[in-house]
Amino acid sequence: MFDLPTIWAVLLAVAVLAYVILDGFDLGVGILFRTARGEDDRATMMNTIAPVWDGNETWLILGGGGLMAAFPRAYAIIMPALYMPLILMLLALVFRGVAFEYRWRTERWKGLWDRGFFLGSLVAAVMQGIMLGAMIQGVEVDATGRGYGGGWFDWLTPFTIMSGLGLAAGYALLGATWLIWKTEGDLHARCYGYARRLALVLLAFIALVSLWTPFTHEAIMDRWFGWPHIVLTAPVPLLVLAAAWWLFHGLARAKDPVPFAASLCLFVLSYVGLGISFFPYAVPRTITYAEAAAPNSSLAFLLVGASVLLPIILAYTAYAYWVFRGKVRPGEGYH
Amino acid sequence: MDFGFDAAILARAQFAFTVAFHIIFPAFSIGLASYLAVLEGLWLKTDNPVYLRLFKYWMKIFAVAFGMGVVSGLVMSYQFGTNWSVFSDKTGPVLGPLLGYEVLTAFFLEAGFLGVMLFGMNRVGRRLHYVATLAVAFGTLFSAFWILSVNSWMQTPAGFAINEAGQFVPEDWWAVVFNPSFPYRLVHMVLAAYLTTAFVVGAVGALHLLRDRADRGARTMLSMAMWMALLVAPLQVLAGDLHGLNTLEHQPRKVAAMEGHFETQEGAPFILFGWPDRDQQTTHHAVEIPKLGSFILTHDWNGEVQGLEEWPVAEQPPVATVFWSFRIMVGIGLLMMAAGLISLFLRRGGRLYDAAWFHRFALIMGPSGFIAVLAGWVTTEVGRQPFTVYGLLKTAESISPVDAPAVGTSLVAFAVVYFLVFGAGTFYLLRLMNRSSEAGGPDTDAGKPLRTAGIAPATTGVTRVTPAE
Repeated sequence: MFDLPTIWAVLLAVAVLAYVILDGFDLGVGILFRTARGEDDRATMMNTIAPVWDGNETWLILGGGGLMAAFPRAYAIIMPALYMPLILMLLALVFRGVAFEYRWRTERWKGLWDRGFFLGSLVAAVMQGIMLGAMIQGVEVDATGRGYGGGWFDWLTPFTIMSGLGLAAGYALLGATWLIWKTEGDLHARCYGYARRLALVLLAFIALVSLWTPFTHEAIMDRWFGWPHIVLTAPVPLLVLAAAWWLFHGLARAKDPVPFAASLCLFVLSYVGLGISFFPYAVPRTITYAEAAAPNSSLAFLLVGASVLLPIILAYTAYAYWVFRGKVRPGEGYH
Repeated sequence: MDFGFDAAILARAQFAFTVAFHIIFPAFSIGLASYLAVLEGLWLKTDNPVYLRLFKYWMKIFAVAFGMGVVSGLVMSYQFGTNWSVFSDKTGPVLGPLLGYEVLTAFFLEAGFLGVMLFGMNRVGRRLHYVATLAVAFGTLFSAFWILSVNSWMQTPAGFAINEAGQFVPEDWWAVVFNPSFPYRLVHMVLAAYLTTAFVVGAVGALHLLRDRADRGARTMLSMAMWMALLVAPLQVLAGDLHGLNTLEHQPRKVAAMEGHFETQEGAPFILFGWPDRDQQTTHHAVEIPKLGSFILTHDWNGEVQGLEEWPVAEQPPVATVFWSFRIMVGIGLLMMAAGLISLFLRRGGRLYDAAWFHRFALIMGPSGFIAVLAGWVTTEVGRQPFTVYGLLKTAESISPVDAPAVGTSLVAFAVVYFLVFGAGTFYLLRLMNRSSEAGGPDTDAGKPLRTAGIAPATTGVTRVTPAE
């Protein structure tokens, strides 16, 4: 059961989840950057994530590098399939990444980099959602079984656009609840309003995907609703409802860290739901993770390092968050 | 947008373009991170405020350069899959884990502690802050270790077998990581990064000395940079020579291209300049020193040196590119060594801070390290052609089944975005360097009149001047 490919499938899934929730909230702050009223707001929003965004984005590199190392066959099929949204996402991340430093280095062009920060964050989030949608749709494999066999616009459908917007709304919710936790005053108060509206959009999106996925793929329908699996799968939607209640309750009572924690729960549960639908495929519904896996010698070599290094990484990442705990006030920063 | 080219050429152009932009930033940040660690260490030891001012001065520059390195590097980690999917599928079992180790040992370490280093000075104690600075510096070095292991394996593959799916699979990890050219390449690249940074620091010091000979920060910068040049440039020449001999052993056709040798001969000349012509299989207008080529390569005046005629033309690298990029790199290396020696001479005469002509020379040498790094990189990578994995996997067989228009369009998008983003970044870096480390005041354009205030509609028109320190 717990052979090396399975361990790596779980590890990579966790790495991607770590990326989604960590970069999710800082991309979300970028999306909400558009709502800032004045320079104080912008500086504060930026400074809540400036010390940590780089570490958050590193999980994306681990996802890409890890996929190449552990499942090279899947990497070689999925990356060309997602060619355009992937490259658009990378370019968007370039824009938003440099804005963290550039906006402090110029007054004349500050507005340009601020706009780049907002647009870069938004486009990156939408593209990630589109890629998620494209994976749910399924990826065509060529006759050799080792290359992409579909067209260059397979990723562009109404469904993927819907999932792109849905994920962007979800990230914006993470960003809004993060700002609720980390800021004070007028910005803090406004974020409660944003969070309420964004939560409704995200829940509608979760409902849509949850219904769409099983009704288009019979095997997934059986996995969710067939007996006896339903005993194992039923708690997921129930827990989603509980998390949604916790979120709205936290927003109503203005309990600062609660909305962020509840939003994280929504993301984790949705991710688990997707995992249930995807299992055991690396390339959806054609190639399983076992078929795509690198030889055991590769998996074992990297696993030795990962099992030592990941706990250390988690420890010092937690330390970095601890150093920058508490509310962020305007005028802080080294610039 | 395929411009009449096939996808393979466009994909190569895209990889060359994005990696050429990318390599500049690590070459600078590896050296600068170590320099920051030295500066902060000196400050902690001596309490001399000059070191602290220099540390804060270069830290701002580091932050901008590092940000550019991160975002351009992120692109690289996905380009293997988008444009070179067959290469990824075949080499993934060997190279993937090495890249994985780079992320786990280097990228997380740098990113995790960068925030503490930049923003944490008032939040953690002096010692913990120094730990963060050291972590960032070690992170950049670990990153160099793994990525050069990957690159070296593509040049001198070892420790693998090929399975039935045509994939390279690891047999002996030690042999994979420490493949034959890796130790030479690692030393050569890290020294190059240190020299690159030293000459940037030296040029900034020289610039401010030209304006004010009493500028204490500028004196310290020039002095430290020139000690580095004096000690490291000769070491680099030695490392380069050893690396060349290693290349001769494992990649003789690359060396033949570097030397412009088409004929295999005993007592081969050393060609100083000339125009190698792959179509005609000869080097035109060669200016040469008899027998020196054999002496350098075999340490025997009459040793036999292989020429490119040993390989079919289709398996020869583009000779002229390799020949010339190699000469540019070596020429700059020799100039760097000269700068170090002159500085020693001036220092002994007590004129290091007064010789304006030398400051002008040091200023011109500022970007030399970047040019040398790019030229050296072109030499080794173009010299590897027409293979991605030397002798085993052809570049033309490594590419994704992507249509040329898709690759062409993304190439144009990369070019536009990179020139805009990294052009602006370079401008901000130069402006930061233009300010003296002794001066306070704004390091943005805030002090100047806002001619285009309308660009930022949301700002109130009040310019906030962030305190410099």
